[in-house]
Amino acid sequence: MSVLLEVKNLNVNLDGEKILENLSFQVKQGEILTILGPNGAGKSVLLRTLLGLLPYEGTINWRQKSRIGYLPQGLTQLKLKDFPLTVQDFFALKNPVPKTEEAVKYLSLVGLEKSILRKNAGSLSGGQFQRMLVAWVLVSRPEVIFFDEPTTGVDIGGGETIYSLLRNIWERGKLTIFLVTHDLSIVYEHSTNVLCLNRKGHHCFGAPKEMLNAKTLKNVFGKEIKLYEHSQH
Amino acid sequence: MPYQLFLTLISGIFISGVAGYLGTLMLSKKMSVVAGPLAHLAFPGVALALIFGFSLSLGVAPFVIMGAILIWLLEEKTKLPMENLAAIIFAAGVGSALLFLPIGKAEEALVGSIEKITYRETILVVVFSLFVFYVVKQLYQKMMLINVHEDLAVVEGINVRLYNLLYLLSIAIVVALGVYLVGGLITAALVAIPAASARNMSNDLRSYKIWALVLGIVSAVAGIFLARFFQLPTGPLVIVSSVVLFLISIIFRKQSF
Repeated sequence: MSVLLEVKNLNVNLDGEKILENLSFQVKQGEILTILGPNGAGKSVLLRTLLGLLPYEGTINWRQKSRIGYLPQGLTQLKLKDFPLTVQDFFALKNPVPKTEEAVKYLSLVGLEKSILRKNAGSLSGGQFQRMLVAWVLVSRPEVIFFDEPTTGVDIGGGETIYSLLRNIWERGKLTIFLVTHDLSIVYEHSTNVLCLNRKGHHCFGAPKEMLNAKTLKNVFGKEIKLYEHSQH
Repeated sequence: MPYQLFLTLISGIFISGVAGYLGTLMLSKKMSVVAGPLAHLAFPGVALALIFGFSLSLGVAPFVIMGAILIWLLEEKTKLPMENLAAIIFAAGVGSALLFLPIGKAEEALVGSIEKITYRETILVVVFSLFVFYVVKQLYQKMMLINVHEDLAVVEGINVRLYNLLYLLSIAIVVALGVYLVGGLITAALVAIPAASARNMSNDLRSYKIWALVLGIVSAVAGIFLARFFQLPTGPLVIVSSVVLFLISIIFRKQSF
């Protein structure tokens, strides 16, 4: 697979504070990159920088123009409570507006019924909302998805987590996924590469098996972490 | 129907309708209050118009539009919330106006003068209302997504800066029109109240927009007739009608959120 994104010596300063320092890594097409680290390590900042939302120094080189989908951190049904938007209205905020059949198709892919289109988006349950948001992103058929820390471990129904849902969708198409999390357990199961960040500027980058040993984790999280390796599913 | 009443009704309907429609975007951006400070910026313009004896609208519009652009520039520069910036603009407007506003003659600026509107002014009101309605309709979906989540809107390819500017300019024009209808003190109510009532009564975007537009128009018509009947000022009665409609809307409040 060809290289999709190359990052070299990336530095990001916000309000005079160094958030990211000399970060270099690359992502190939079709990979899942998990960005791992404790709170405040700059995971979301990295994601938002890659999306072009923040100023930076260094090189961010997208080898080709891709359709991008983004599930931002903290966009929950609670935030939508202030808006008189049905799920259908919410889909209609996209440009171009997806056809109803398309919306229905992707809603059913994430396990939601057609009837949800008429429901108020703010009145959905947390799990329903996360699924709906995944469908909302997928309906534009993105080639790259940025996924910023969904509520960890939210059971979105049938014992499935948002991660296994994503994994299923990833297996269907040639998606490249950037996933921010601080949940170690999902890393083995779901990612091609891991990029770890911490507040002191220690980075690591590589396949999960190479990266997730007690020593690297101690460097990243600053304390001993017991790791239970999952067998491959 | 008397000719003057006809002109008053036409302008009232157009101003209040478009203000209600625009208000639905402002409510969801939590900036209904921004219209208030912008309207207060009308006062320096009113003062100049009174002192030099030219038409109120000529004095008001430039100040309000400048205020909108100023808020936009300051938001870009400082990243402070718009409502905070608007408060600063408000102080600038009222403060500078009080220095030289002939307060005794300023009643028109305080409560509006829609019952004296001329034929030419009515035409202008209609043209500007339709223009703003068209612009807001064009930017509505994008502005709504910006309100929901700005980063998401950027990733979806929306030029947030441009849309914020168009949005603020639309507010400025509606505010300048609103000063005609209800005066500078209570213009904010024109955008804030119909949207709030419509919010009470709707669960989906379409009915929200339609209700705000309709309630805006109904309160203008009711206010204008009540004012004629009771020989009271029109502007305040438009607002009072709007408030009554809001109270009624609480009864019809949808329960699902």
